[in-house]
Amino acid sequence: MSELFNEMGGGKGQTRPPYVDIEAWLKTISSTDVERAKREAENRFRRQGITFAVYGDDAATERLIPFDIIPRVFSALEWRRLSAGIEQRVRALNAFLHDIYHRQEIIRAGRIPHHIITQNAAFVPEMVGVNPARGIYAHIVGVDIVRVAENEFYVLEDNCRTPSGVSYMLEGREAMMHLFPDLFVQQRVAPVDNYPALLRKTLESVAPAGCMGEPTIVVLTPGIHNSAFFEHAFLADEMGVELCEGGDLFVSDGALYMRTTQAPQRVDVIYRRIDDAYLDPLSFKPDSAIGIPGLVDLYRAGRVTIVNAPGTGIADDKSIYTYIPDVIEFYTGEKPLLKNVPTWRCSEADSLSYVLDNLAELVVKEVHGSGGYGMLVGPTSSKQEIENFRAILKTNPSNYIAQPTLALSTVPTYTASGVAPRHVDLRPFVLSGDQVRITPGGLTRVALKEGSLVVNSSQGGGTKDTWVLED
Amino acid sequence: MRIRIHHQTHYRYAERPSYLVQRLHLTPTNFDGQKTIDWKISTAGIENALSYVDGFGNLIHLVTAHNLPLENIVLAEGEVETKDTAGLVTGLISNVPDTVFLRQTLLTMPDASISAELMQWGDKASALATAHSLMGHLHETVAYEVGTTQTNSTAAEAFARRSGVCQDHSHLMVGMARSLGIPSRYVTGYLVTGAGASSVAAHAWAELLIPDLGWVGFDATNCQSPTEQYVRVAAGLDAMAVAPVKGSRRGGTEAEQMTVEVRVEIAQQ
Repeated sequence: MSELFNEMGGGKGQTRPPYVDIEAWLKTISSTDVERAKREAENRFRRQGITFAVYGDDAATERLIPFDIIPRVFSALEWRRLSAGIEQRVRALNAFLHDIYHRQEIIRAGRIPHHIITQNAAFVPEMVGVNPARGIYAHIVGVDIVRVAENEFYVLEDNCRTPSGVSYMLEGREAMMHLFPDLFVQQRVAPVDNYPALLRKTLESVAPAGCMGEPTIVVLTPGIHNSAFFEHAFLADEMGVELCEGGDLFVSDGALYMRTTQAPQRVDVIYRRIDDAYLDPLSFKPDSAIGIPGLVDLYRAGRVTIVNAPGTGIADDKSIYTYIPDVIEFYTGEKPLLKNVPTWRCSEADSLSYVLDNLAELVVKEVHGSGGYGMLVGPTSSKQEIENFRAILKTNPSNYIAQPTLALSTVPTYTASGVAPRHVDLRPFVLSGDQVRITPGGLTRVALKEGSLVVNSSQGGGTKDTWVLED
Repeated sequence: MRIRIHHQTHYRYAERPSYLVQRLHLTPTNFDGQKTIDWKISTAGIENALSYVDGFGNLIHLVTAHNLPLENIVLAEGEVETKDTAGLVTGLISNVPDTVFLRQTLLTMPDASISAELMQWGDKASALATAHSLMGHLHETVAYEVGTTQTNSTAAEAFARRSGVCQDHSHLMVGMARSLGIPSRYVTGYLVTGAGASSVAAHAWAELLIPDLGWVGFDATNCQSPTEQYVRVAAGLDAMAVAPVKGSRRGGTEAEQMTVEVRVEIAQQ
């Protein structure tokens, strides 16, 4: 493994330019300052209700995600390069989704085998031939990116269904501006607080063609027990739109309505935060009690816009991931600006035997899993853990993909023993409607355990404010 | 041939529904083999229903109604002119890429015993020969018997019993054909059995994509390709996707009682 890339120090003692002010600031603050700030930030998050639920954990269902007060910083130039790659990728993903649900040119051209698409559980046949407003399917995408060197970034995965975490990005920035206002005077940090306004603009821009006047938008949540309920309520509130559960909405005479204390109000755009399967018991899971019967028919007929569209999961499925570089070339005619992580498909015999021989060096993930569950991180696992996983992998190899363990970059982080490097990733949030809008920065997740590469909040990860410096 | 159809679904509820939404696949669409002369659907709320043609070429009605009585009737009736096309289905507007019809669903998915059965069809035979022999085989080995399967029975369940109705024959036919790499769709419609005769149930069959011919119908229940006695209504991946009536209601937790009455007759010219 090559030397770890520390984003503050370039490795030879030289501080990287975007971090010069941060390094100076770190020298001026005492550990008591830090403790006080951390407590204040956490109190703030608790008051706001920013907690998350850990599945399969009986002891504490609601937890606070730890917040680290040392920001992660990108220069304006770094961000321009990165965001060009992100925009290229997201445009290609939307073009891919349109093609997959129409003529399937990419399959006809022999670039992707058809069974990977049409036999995929994430492919939704009801979407075939549907024409969503502006041809956009994935209006909100969270692209998970890691860095391994000065100019080397990799996309870990694309989240095209209902990516969450944007509320942590927004609240983290607000906490930092409140705790350390001077920092934002010294440096010009690109603002992120206009995200809800841009989200609203994006949603308005994809209202159905027949919608006259200002479109009515709602946020659809599965309810208070969902792990991201706080975020649903937060975004509805910030956008100034209603937060609804399925029972608040109904279909009548070919339109979607919301119950109100007065007359029912027509709804044009649903920003839904519930999974495809639960959206509409008439089209999908018949026993869904949180969906709206008839919604998908309205959508197919162009009477309402569902954001993100049903069936976008086919673009972020891990079995499709390995084809994304081809997808980008096919639809944009350009070389991908952002690289994929080299990936072995365990469904292929040669790959499987390589993976089985090298488990100790690899990360093995479920094709359909998420959130860091059911995976093996070879280098940090015991012999016994590796052997247990080997047995599971052999019983159902096509359920897994494997990747090398990347030497994720580190950013200085406050730990029990002072400031120390910890591994990070980045989830920028990309909005697609009348145009593509990328919030500068995004959510930086940090693996708080020394040496750990797993940044998921369910596995002991925290977050950091992410800065993009302005020129 | 002119065929007159009367398809009535009668619902009785234990309590008056305060709200009802129904999706109907109850309208024949035109293609080279048939033309609708007149067609009408009546049910509570139909006057304000949403109607649209989906990507599969099916005409769908989404009907909503509030504060219904204890009974609701969905009636589709009209007249369709048909001609014999030797089972060929041309002139149909569908935007679905062929490979989508290789997708198995919970209802069509072959289990181990169906897969074992499929071993006898190698890849040497032409798709057309395979389609004919599959149809003949299902007709011979899976008996037509009402009451042995339900509307949500899978192809595997029907195959285990070696009996079922047209829905089961069609699920088996499309599931097996898909496994052999032949795109297949599940089709609903009506069949008039002879001059002066009338049938009592809606019908279903399969359509397979045959190289050089296009989409061809295969009715395993009757071991024949559709003739001018068939009226085609909707096509999809399985019976669930193109159910004539699918609904959801508010008010009352008890299951409703449903009776279906279908009359298909050769119309007087």
